[in-house]
Amino acid sequence: MAAKVILAIWLTAIIVVAFIFPVVPAPEKWYEFPVIPGLEDRARILFFHVPMSWTAVVAFLISMSYGIRFLKTKSMDDDLKSVSSAGLGFLFCILATVTGSIWAKFNWGSFWNWDPRETSIFVLLLIYGAYFALRSSLDDAAKKATLSSVYAIIAGVTVPFFIFIMPRIMASLHPEPLVNTQGKVHMNPTMLVVFLSSLAGFTALYFWLLSLRVRAGRLIDGQLRRGD
Amino acid sequence: MKGNARSPVIVVFLKDVRSELRTRYALNALIMFVLTTLSIILFSIGSEDVSPDVLSGVLWIIIFFSSMSGLSRTFVSEEERGTVMTLQLLAKPLQIYYGKLLFNIFLMFLINILAVTLYVLFINSFTVRSYDVFALTIFLGTLGLASAATIIAAIIAKANSKGTLYPVLSFPILLPLMLTVINATRLAVNGATLLESVGEFQVLVSYIVVMVTVSYLVFDYVWKE
Repeated sequence: MAAKVILAIWLTAIIVVAFIFPVVPAPEKWYEFPVIPGLEDRARILFFHVPMSWTAVVAFLISMSYGIRFLKTKSMDDDLKSVSSAGLGFLFCILATVTGSIWAKFNWGSFWNWDPRETSIFVLLLIYGAYFALRSSLDDAAKKATLSSVYAIIAGVTVPFFIFIMPRIMASLHPEPLVNTQGKVHMNPTMLVVFLSSLAGFTALYFWLLSLRVRAGRLIDGQLRRGD
Repeated sequence: MKGNARSPVIVVFLKDVRSELRTRYALNALIMFVLTTLSIILFSIGSEDVSPDVLSGVLWIIIFFSSMSGLSRTFVSEEERGTVMTLQLLAKPLQIYYGKLLFNIFLMFLINILAVTLYVLFINSFTVRSYDVFALTIFLGTLGLASAATIIAAIIAKANSKGTLYPVLSFPILLPLMLTVINATRLAVNGATLLESVGEFQVLVSYIVVMVTVSYLVFDYVWKE
């Protein structure tokens, strides 16, 4: 109960802070964000879009690991966790893609550019879609669980390839220097704190939603087995 | 079996080849598919001068969709003919997997050689400058395509709506391969040397190794009821 309330307050605070703190050229006060040339106010997406993409990837990895556990234990509970995590990951992935796309329209002028990061999140979306298409085409519960775990493993294994082949395929529009070389080390402390808090908040949100889905799933399974 | 010293892998492979040659169902469909797709592309290009970069991609569209039409047959036909259980009794899962992988590689090579030859012959703007890079790309691309497509075929053979599900499941898995192979073809068309393209080949080889290894690890779970 308390965790739920704390999470709600935490995320509300993040949202308020992300929009209220002013963006000034030379931040002096603790609550001021610096101006990043080319982005200015639009840099606020950092606090929402990045945590969502991060959560989408984490959700997939957790789904894959529960899938592997299912193959070992054959426990339907592991499969329940796997599919619940995949559903949440799908949601976060759609949100990340849509927010990124709208932001791209405002920043670079077009909704989609096949930039490496955009392509990777799109591929993750395809993997999630394929995962659920596979599940819905199978009738037997055990087969559904086994084959979707196998597919999650195969898909998970191809993900590292994108990290290596993307840079050589096309030049990136994404503000990579902002997050990578200048990000963690050179990001303004205020921005860094808000960003990390948002990251923690979204991850906590994901785990809370996952626990809700798993608990609900268990209740439904119990009902079905009792024949209610 | 008495007197049969051949490895079960080869036996499964030869069985698939023989049954395919008997009916020629898949082979005919695939050849017609390649011809039809190529004709559509030729009609739509007309006498236009299309950039070789675009044409590199289009070649792999033909190859990708041909593989989507043909590579699931090896597992789906077992389900349709009801021979799955017999096969499960006769050989170990991995032997069956390698046999069918060999068959898919063989089928893919036939189709790709046909597609590539016709493509190079009939599309004038598509002139390859580095034949060694091109040949190696086609070779490794075929292996990679077959290895990924075989395990996905094994998965969808157990599902409903197999036909529509196959490309849906395969595309995200094959995307790294497609991007790399299209890039390598583009390099071949633009005249890059083997040394310059070595990065692409490294990715292709590692993709093949990873796919075969993963398939080897999970096939038992897919095959056994």
